[in-house]
Amino acid sequence: MEQTFILLSFGPDGWGDEIAFGVLVTIGLAFATLPLGLIAGFFLSLAKQSDEKTLRMAAEVYTTIFRGLPELLTLFLVYYGLQIGIRQLLLALGIETTFEINSFLAGMIALGVVFSAFCSEVFLSAFRAIPAGQYEAGSALGLNRFQTMFNIILPQLIRIALPGLGNLWMILLKETALVSVIGLPDILRQAGIAARVSKEAFLFYGIACLLFLALALLSSIMINRIERHVERSGIRV
Amino acid sequence: MSFAKQLIAPQRPPPPAPRPWTISRFAGLSLMAIWILVAIGVILFLTAEWDPEKVAKYAPKYFSGLGVTLTLVSISIILGAIASVPVALGRMSNNPLLSMPAFFYVYFFRGTPLIAQLFLIYYGLGEFRHALDSIGLWGFFREPWNCAILAFTLNTAAYQAEILRGALQSVPRGQHEGAKALGLSRFHTYWKVIIPQALIVALRPYGNEIILMIKGSAIVAIITVFDLFGETRRAYSRTFDFQAYIWAAIFYLIIVEGLRNLWNAMEKRLTRHLKR
Repeated sequence: MEQTFILLSFGPDGWGDEIAFGVLVTIGLAFATLPLGLIAGFFLSLAKQSDEKTLRMAAEVYTTIFRGLPELLTLFLVYYGLQIGIRQLLLALGIETTFEINSFLAGMIALGVVFSAFCSEVFLSAFRAIPAGQYEAGSALGLNRFQTMFNIILPQLIRIALPGLGNLWMILLKETALVSVIGLPDILRQAGIAARVSKEAFLFYGIACLLFLALALLSSIMINRIERHVERSGIRV
Repeated sequence: MSFAKQLIAPQRPPPPAPRPWTISRFAGLSLMAIWILVAIGVILFLTAEWDPEKVAKYAPKYFSGLGVTLTLVSISIILGAIASVPVALGRMSNNPLLSMPAFFYVYFFRGTPLIAQLFLIYYGLGEFRHALDSIGLWGFFREPWNCAILAFTLNTAAYQAEILRGALQSVPRGQHEGAKALGLSRFHTYWKVIIPQALIVALRPYGNEIILMIKGSAIVAIITVFDLFGETRRAYSRTFDFQAYIWAAIFYLIIVEGLRNLWNAMEKRLTRHLKR
């Protein structure tokens, strides 16, 4: 028992500080990916309801590909593909370097791409829940398209999409664990290193699971709070 | 009095006005052009790098990996479906001694990443080697394949229990009362009235769960099970040829899209009596 406390302490003998750093990396990656995925997903959902057939098709191809590929494979495609691609590009320009992409950046791009594909579906169904009268009212008030979108549609859209986005956030949080495979020092990787060094695999992987559980619990509390905050207008959607 | 003696001859309609070059049209055409270029690039890359020797060596491995993936997913989905029934019943029970453990089980397996659960079982249980040895289970937990099946079954049982619970609770109470009024026994109420209606609701979530499992099963490659992704990684580490990953992507896309379309067709067929 005492042995366990020493192993988990924040000191030179303990792994507490390393794992705490892993928690920060996991949270940081999830928060860095979120805006990327949200913005891309928003534009994708706009493209999917466009009058232009080509635009709709381009967005559908994107969603089909990144919804169908395993996240781990997307991660490897981005990680190795970008490295090879940029190296070849630099080689074509006559520069020979050993370019290595940061695993944080690769994780951010891969998870962001996957997130945006799922997020566009959430936004799309939220768009469909907004009656056409809202757009008409916007133009009756003399607002242009951007003003209608940002002042009338978007506030309602976010409120409708919030439960779906909350689910996607939970999925994103869990998917960050995959980035440990390409060497990002997140919770799982730090726990793995600790497990290998201390030979206490069950303890450290158990701690990693509990930390993810704590993050999920914390997120669900925060999401509930945000939902209650946006519903304070009392208008049910 | 004058009147028109001759009707105006029928005319062709005017030519349609040229479609304006809006931003969305420009964006759509250019994005589509990018996708077509990507597709052409991938095809050119795959044909330029086509090496009969490599294909002869690795194609059978890819197919065996595909078989491993599909076997793994089918076994875990079926075992998970069986395990999900008591969990769902526990979740719906009024007795806290049954509902609390079921709740924590579901919360744990849905709240943590599948890869962490897999590591917990594969690496974590290895630590209890002597204890497992003494009850004769070490042979089971030594094999990564068994650990993968166990982790996936436990994980999908939690998700499927929630699907089942949601579906069973979506059947209106009047159906239970109606069955009771007809004097049906509890078994017949469920077997003939509730479950057929619940399964239609559960059909789509079940399909999504299978697709999620196929995608999620790629992580077994990390604990040295040679599924489709494991074979891909092995082929890449031996050849350093990026087309290994592209072929894996093509395989996965075909499976997932095929399954999705199959499921849509099945749902359309099974719900045809609900169409108005």
